[in-house]
Amino acid sequence: MTICVRQPGMLTTVQDCGRYGSQKYGVIVSGAMDLLSLRIANLLVGNQQDEATLEMTVLGATLEFEEDQLVAITGGDFQPTIDGNPAPMWRPILIRQGSILQCKSVIRGCRAYIAFAGGIQLPTVLGSKSTYVKAALGGFEGRALKKEDVLTCGTPSATGRAFQRQLETQTMPLPWSVDANAFFRFQQTETIRFIEGSEYARFTEDSQKTFERQPYSLTMEADRMGYRLQGEALQLSETFELLSEGVTYGTIQVPSNGQPIILMADRQTTGGYPKIGQVISADLPKLAQLQPKATIHFQKVTLQEAERALIEQHQQLTELAVAIQLKGQRNNEETTA
Amino acid sequence: MSTPFDLSIRPLGDAAIVVQLGEGISPTVHTKVKNVMQAIEENPFIGFVEALPAYNNVTIYYDPVTVFFAYPEMKEQTAFEKASAFIHNIVEQLDDMETVASTIIDIPVVYGGEFGPDLEEVAAHTHLSEEEVIHIHSSNEYLVYMIGFAPGFPFLGGMDERIATPRKESPRLAIPAGSVGIAGKQTGVYPLVTPGGWQIIGRTPTKLFLPDRNPPSLLNSGDTIRFVPISEEQFHQWKEEEQ
Repeated sequence: MTICVRQPGMLTTVQDCGRYGSQKYGVIVSGAMDLLSLRIANLLVGNQQDEATLEMTVLGATLEFEEDQLVAITGGDFQPTIDGNPAPMWRPILIRQGSILQCKSVIRGCRAYIAFAGGIQLPTVLGSKSTYVKAALGGFEGRALKKEDVLTCGTPSATGRAFQRQLETQTMPLPWSVDANAFFRFQQTETIRFIEGSEYARFTEDSQKTFERQPYSLTMEADRMGYRLQGEALQLSETFELLSEGVTYGTIQVPSNGQPIILMADRQTTGGYPKIGQVISADLPKLAQLQPKATIHFQKVTLQEAERALIEQHQQLTELAVAIQLKGQRNNEETTA
Repeated sequence: MSTPFDLSIRPLGDAAIVVQLGEGISPTVHTKVKNVMQAIEENPFIGFVEALPAYNNVTIYYDPVTVFFAYPEMKEQTAFEKASAFIHNIVEQLDDMETVASTIIDIPVVYGGEFGPDLEEVAAHTHLSEEEVIHIHSSNEYLVYMIGFAPGFPFLGGMDERIATPRKESPRLAIPAGSVGIAGKQTGVYPLVTPGGWQIIGRTPTKLFLPDRNPPSLLNSGDTIRFVPISEEQFHQWKEEEQ
């Protein structure tokens, strides 16, 4: 189950759900920017939801498969092809021995995930396979993939094997896929919900209103660490020096120039700028799919609403997991009948 | 039941809770932080992910979906309410504070010049000479309150307020590894190349982040460090010896 990297793309890294448990030593969490697409990709190939995948950014990778391999591609649309023919996303696909999967530049969204049935075989570092490039930690040699790197996949699960058998006997893709529209719109104007941050009340009333009423655009300085935004400057009622303290994915900090910064997957563990808000967990995947120059409208919700949105998303994912598993079982019956 | 832990709890989004244990920077409040860290780690609730100590608070990360579906007897409550209740229970059971002995570690530093491009700005802001800033910075002993911001990055207490200088207006995009900086009343060392808003006054050749070791950090919350001024020559010598 060997895969050779023909072209690495702009920034293709191994990511799982993140490196938790070492933040007290300052170790950055990392993990997929869009955890929802990662989880769905894994489900589609019969993996555990948190298995490591490849995360591609803006310009995709080209991979050559030395053996038959079941994969699934989710997230933004990188116009994937197999040996030049369009390859469907959001469903299990079988890539034949010697075939080449090519992902081009993104036309919708910003990041895509390739899950391999059986996962990617790499050592876990401090509990995770995620890559944190700046500290050369985890993933494939602690760095983004390069040309001629060789990845090895593990053994597929029963569901993965069932999909593979089904696909081996036909030339058509499986007659079903996940409805990506149920989760994403992939537009470059998004409403992003947030709850009040610890220092929300210390911003002027005008700035609190501005933050919700005025659009903010994503600048070119938008990467796995953070998104710098540009819009009407936000002001504190009075300046104060804040002590550094814990932050998390989606924390919206405002440095003294008044332009918000949203902390993303490779965020620092702690921060010392005032926090006007916190993007709700359920909206982080669509935030992760925005490209520089995208427009964000912030909408304030309560903590309870944030939880409800996340639990709804979790239930959608659970239903999907059950449905995919049933498809695998049905395939098993058909092949044994 | 009475407790020495006067705590208040606030959400950090929908997946973390900040337990505030006091104000400002003081060894007394920090002892509370260490005690709460230990208590939470020894008595995790279902859905607990990890805890992170800061100067005067502890951030507790949890998985809201797991917490929400766990503990069916509390089904009317949100995940935040459930997690808060557990944290309250754990902290209320703490009635004694343990004190911990401190390890002393020397950190060699080249001050100023290309290694400390903001030394001049700090001197100007504090109305001191560069030599005075160096002397003051390297005279005190500093308590490591927390490791954070970047892998192995120590947040230190005990800086002389005469050299306190606000952060840069907008963070720099890349600060070299080993840079020693000041931000307000805080001082610290950057273990890796990283963006940041601190005023950079010098650089150390010592490695603070050790990814192949467990724990992966030279310094730990509770250690004491001293900055020792060295020359550029000694810096390069040190670097060679570390290879």
